[in-house]
Amino acid sequence: MESTQTPTQPGSANPSRLTVTFDDQITRYFVIATAIWGFVGMLVGAIIALQLPFWQANLGEYLSFGRLRPLHTNAVIFAFAGNAIFAAIYYSTQRLLKTRMWSDGMSRFHFWGWQAIIVSAALTLPLGITTSKEYAELEWPIDVAIAVVWVVFAINFFLTLRQRREKHMYVAIWFYIATIVTIAVLHIGNSLAMPAGLFKSYPLFAGVQDAFIQWWYGHNAVAFFLTTPFLGLMYYFLPKAAERPVFSYRLSIVHFWSLVFIYIWAGPHHLNYTAVPEWAVTLGMTFSVMLWMPSWGGMINGLFTLRGAWHKLRDSVVLKMFVIGITFYGMSTFEGPMLSVKTVNALSHYTDWTVGHAHAGALGWNGFMTFGMIYWLLPRLYRTELWSGKLANTHFWVGTIGMLLYVIALYSAGVTQGLMWRAFDDAGRLIYPDFMETVIQIIPMYWVRLVGGTMYLVGMVLLLVNMYMTIKTAKEKPVDASIQVAS
Amino acid sequence: MSRFIKTDGRHRTIEGWPLVFTVLTTLCILVGGTVQFLPLVLVESNIPTIETVTPYTPLEVEGRDIYIAQGCVSCHSQQIRPFRDEIERYGEYSKPGEAIYDRPFLWGSKRTGPDLARVGGKYPDLWHVRHMENPRSTTPNSLMPPYPWLQEKTVDFDDIPGKLSALKKLGTPYTDAEIDGAAQTARSQAEQIARNVAANGGPSGLEDKEITALVAYLQRLGTDLSKAGN
Repeated sequence: MESTQTPTQPGSANPSRLTVTFDDQITRYFVIATAIWGFVGMLVGAIIALQLPFWQANLGEYLSFGRLRPLHTNAVIFAFAGNAIFAAIYYSTQRLLKTRMWSDGMSRFHFWGWQAIIVSAALTLPLGITTSKEYAELEWPIDVAIAVVWVVFAINFFLTLRQRREKHMYVAIWFYIATIVTIAVLHIGNSLAMPAGLFKSYPLFAGVQDAFIQWWYGHNAVAFFLTTPFLGLMYYFLPKAAERPVFSYRLSIVHFWSLVFIYIWAGPHHLNYTAVPEWAVTLGMTFSVMLWMPSWGGMINGLFTLRGAWHKLRDSVVLKMFVIGITFYGMSTFEGPMLSVKTVNALSHYTDWTVGHAHAGALGWNGFMTFGMIYWLLPRLYRTELWSGKLANTHFWVGTIGMLLYVIALYSAGVTQGLMWRAFDDAGRLIYPDFMETVIQIIPMYWVRLVGGTMYLVGMVLLLVNMYMTIKTAKEKPVDASIQVAS
Repeated sequence: MSRFIKTDGRHRTIEGWPLVFTVLTTLCILVGGTVQFLPLVLVESNIPTIETVTPYTPLEVEGRDIYIAQGCVSCHSQQIRPFRDEIERYGEYSKPGEAIYDRPFLWGSKRTGPDLARVGGKYPDLWHVRHMENPRSTTPNSLMPPYPWLQEKTVDFDDIPGKLSALKKLGTPYTDAEIDGAAQTARSQAEQIARNVAANGGPSGLEDKEITALVAYLQRLGTDLSKAGN
């Protein structure tokens, strides 16, 4: 990009130096998209949370639970968390490699292509155009578009790696590489299908094989879309915000390689006790339990980075959010292996416990790491102060209390219903043979969950307000950051 | 650990080699999936076939696609686990061979409502029609959304042969004659269900409506196992 890496003007400090200006505009785009889609995705979440205890909230064909649930999951995973990780990657990669992205055009293609995919998801899913495979519901033409956008993103990223001015890749970059490669493999593997018209396709594999491929994908979407890029985010933004180096370089090596190797094996734990062969689910369970350690390696490396800096939490809402985020990461990566153990899974599977577990990870880890990053980035991207630290602090508390209510309600609902399903009386008959009895019992918990989720959504609105006001009060047109490098 | 991972050791070297690093990462993530998936495809005994399990009829294929489009799988599983309480509640546990024509599989991951793996034959056709129109008319206190539009929207019978031939390319053993006559076969199965519903006091004129295809699919679920021969 010759236009962006011009030699310094004669008379300036050092003629043998070169000024590299980073493309911060692409980060601004992704940050704004993250906040907007985050609000949309969580709003749909609140609506479907209301539809569960209050069926009258199902407003016709296009807005009924079955249509909106995949819209919610796709919006929060691929639109909210997706845009957040792209913001993190574009911001940190340029700085870690001391170079501008290889192609501004490809970065913009990635941004607008991704937003177009989100909009097409928001249109097709309410219309009932779906493959029904969880987190892979989009039909084949959109799947093709995802693959194209992802490949452009990958090419841009790897060519940026090639033109780097820093010999060694920092640990955040390792996690970005794992993300880009693995998501490509998973997406293509799980989307192999035979079209039967423009909006309909049938998957290449059937039954047991299709179930396996789906959860190989589904579990590793959690691993390589919601874990590895967020670990990369953590490794860059946490030390920056804490102004402390990462706790352990060796730990980062050990937990990176063990995490990327072990995660892929864990998928079949979603299929415990199903028609998938016993050996496969047992392998899945075993590797899931092993996964506990590499996951906690990341948590430990994150939390211990704050050694000697804990006092900073008093004044930094960014650090507070990161600490809650990493703590929830630790809790869900303990809970995950536990739920994969067959005896526990026998009780928890098919209940709201699983939903509670997913939200501990999504709201706690993905949400709070994203919020922390945005509050850290806004003043830097717009060269101004955050509009209101107080409002950000309110976001922290309303979000934290909201998600605690949410997960506790669903744990309680899940365990209650799971125990009722399997309850026998002394004569050997089901105590609750009528399924409805077990549903009525947990309806109060659905209301508590709605309250918790709504609080979390309110926090998201506070972030939107804070972001809007920060951008509005920024004095001038935002300036991209630049550094001096040897020419 | 410091003895075998040195800060200026071999790992430091590959941190400067993005291509090698990327290749190693790719190899790492390919191992698990490959080791688990290949035996599922190559070793036949992993998925023992069941003689009485046959492909879905043309109308059932259509009904299954409606089930998919409504997002039923969000709240209903189709997979009975081999536990005493589940067998008591839902029937015989699910076998690998029962799902060989399921594209996609619809086992689900959440039971907001009951499992449907063996709902076939459990209720009369009319029960399903009433239940979809207003779930609370058959199940008091149900949380399920109503699906009244299924009684209004019509099935595009002429689309069915294309669907069957896509499935055939993937391995479902439909004959060419079955595919050619699929629209007609579907119509006659639909007429039979619609007649049955009307004769029992239900609404008439459902023979080309989506609800009829959905009922055909639901009544098929899990019934192959109990067909003659087992």
